[in-house]
Amino acid sequence: MIWNAHYEAMGRAELERLQSERLGELVDRLYRRVAYYRQRLDSQGVKPADINHIRDIAKLPFLTKDDMREVYPLKLLAVELADIVEVHTSSGTTGKPVVDAYTQKDIGIWAESMARTLAMGDTARSDVVHNAYGYGLFTGGLGVHYGARLIGALVIPISGGNTARQLAILRDFQATVLTCTPSYSLYLAEAAREQGLDFSTLPLRVGLFGAEPWGEGMRREIEAKLKVQALDIYGLTEIIGPGVASECEAQDGLHICEDLFYPEVIDPQSGEVLPDGSKGELVLTTLTKEGTPMLRYRTRDITYLDRSPCRCGRTAVRMHRLLGRTDDMLIIRGVNVFPSQIEEVLLKIEGIEPHYQLVVEREERLDSLEVQVEMNERLFSDEIKQLERSERRIAEALFAALGIQTRVKLVEPKSIPRSEGKAKRVVDKRQI
Amino acid sequence: MTLRQISVFLENKKGRLAEVAGLIAREGINIRALSLADTADFGVLRLIVNDADRCFASLRQAGFVAQQTEVIAVEVNDRPGGLQRVLGVFDQSGINIEYMYAFVEKKSDNAIVVFRIDQPAKAAAALGAEGIAVLAEDVISKL
Repeated sequence: MIWNAHYEAMGRAELERLQSERLGELVDRLYRRVAYYRQRLDSQGVKPADINHIRDIAKLPFLTKDDMREVYPLKLLAVELADIVEVHTSSGTTGKPVVDAYTQKDIGIWAESMARTLAMGDTARSDVVHNAYGYGLFTGGLGVHYGARLIGALVIPISGGNTARQLAILRDFQATVLTCTPSYSLYLAEAAREQGLDFSTLPLRVGLFGAEPWGEGMRREIEAKLKVQALDIYGLTEIIGPGVASECEAQDGLHICEDLFYPEVIDPQSGEVLPDGSKGELVLTTLTKEGTPMLRYRTRDITYLDRSPCRCGRTAVRMHRLLGRTDDMLIIRGVNVFPSQIEEVLLKIEGIEPHYQLVVEREERLDSLEVQVEMNERLFSDEIKQLERSERRIAEALFAALGIQTRVKLVEPKSIPRSEGKAKRVVDKRQI
Repeated sequence: MTLRQISVFLENKKGRLAEVAGLIAREGINIRALSLADTADFGVLRLIVNDADRCFASLRQAGFVAQQTEVIAVEVNDRPGGLQRVLGVFDQSGINIEYMYAFVEKKSDNAIVVFRIDQPAKAAAALGAEGIAVLAEDVISKL
């Protein structure tokens, strides 16, 4: 079911006219209201008057993740603070998180884009949406919530955790739509099997899974175990949260709400805009947002665009499921983790040298992060309990900084492979 | 009177213990006693050798993380109640044992027990007062 056929199935020429108009208005507004953007445009030698068509977007400067630290918390605010009704931040835990500040209208845009997402799984008023994304500063929970409310579906705001209760509620309220991370869905399936709950006896029909990388193998597994159609959804806090792009029933690429979030794919080295079908870094512009609009935000996600007609009837451009990252960011159980954050924590601990390696695995349906730390004479003790205490101390410091449980393993010196003088920091063994 | 034990960090990987043993053998160092404590991931090998300095230096040179730890070695009569007497002294003196291991002396009927304790000097004195012999490093080396 198409939620908003006017926009989602708009003709290309009309859509470009709309995008051009919205971009012009956005640049004009940001130039007037946000000193940060005005300086960026000035130093690039671009004036709002130079932006007359959506393809003029290539004249505008990019915004990067590093820039986001500079503008923390609210330097990108394009309205009065009194007009902001809600704030969300990314999970980026050391350094500074990314902030998204929403006006009433922005919440409406979010609800609209999430309603479109949910409708891709045919969610309607009569559906029961079991929303196991976390509620809070994280965008997942409330994003789904607003979309489901707009549709008028019954939303169960169960949030994450407490698997036994999840299963009881799932069964008792006869949920038809499940929203959570893909790995958590498999965890639920596993727990259900142990408790003798058979998913084929539940009315669950479709699952919308995101916030974590997953591939076709995992999709087949989820579909077989939960007896649902598993759809991939994409979004990021910087842009709005979930709702940026989602798969329709064709499961062949994610339709981007391009009347709201304009996508480009660029060469990450040169910054040049690439033609459709070429792999590169996804860049997004929020065409209509008021609170903290993003102009050409470099997502560091790698994908390619496809404007060929989709059999679902939507014309909105499709992005391929994520093909990787341009940086070394890891997503562990929905939390973004950079090796540099881990290094920072380790270096603060007395006696630890910066020789470490991260091993990511998917065990029992959940991602696990093992942090291997090389032993040295300062850390060493002849007593096992002291060594175990060191492991615990490191794990506690990592938990405090990252908010995720890690398994710390002490290893022999020089056992972490060094290549070209630089250690290989991350071993990702997940089958995605 | 304390004695130096060499402690070595080992990952639980195939062949690591053999490597240490080989290294020590090539250096012509004789192992008097050893114990291996381990967890799922790693182990600590504790060695009493005839030449602690050379053993320590060669292990470090080979890239192992090693440490010299002060322990005491006590000669215990190889008969029922021998160990109990020593432990009784520790108990009365409020000395905690972190770990211990034993080996049997070849040239006599005594067992030698190595103790890693929190206050080695105090322990040696308390044992001496009870007439229990604490072995010096050179004695162990010559065994």
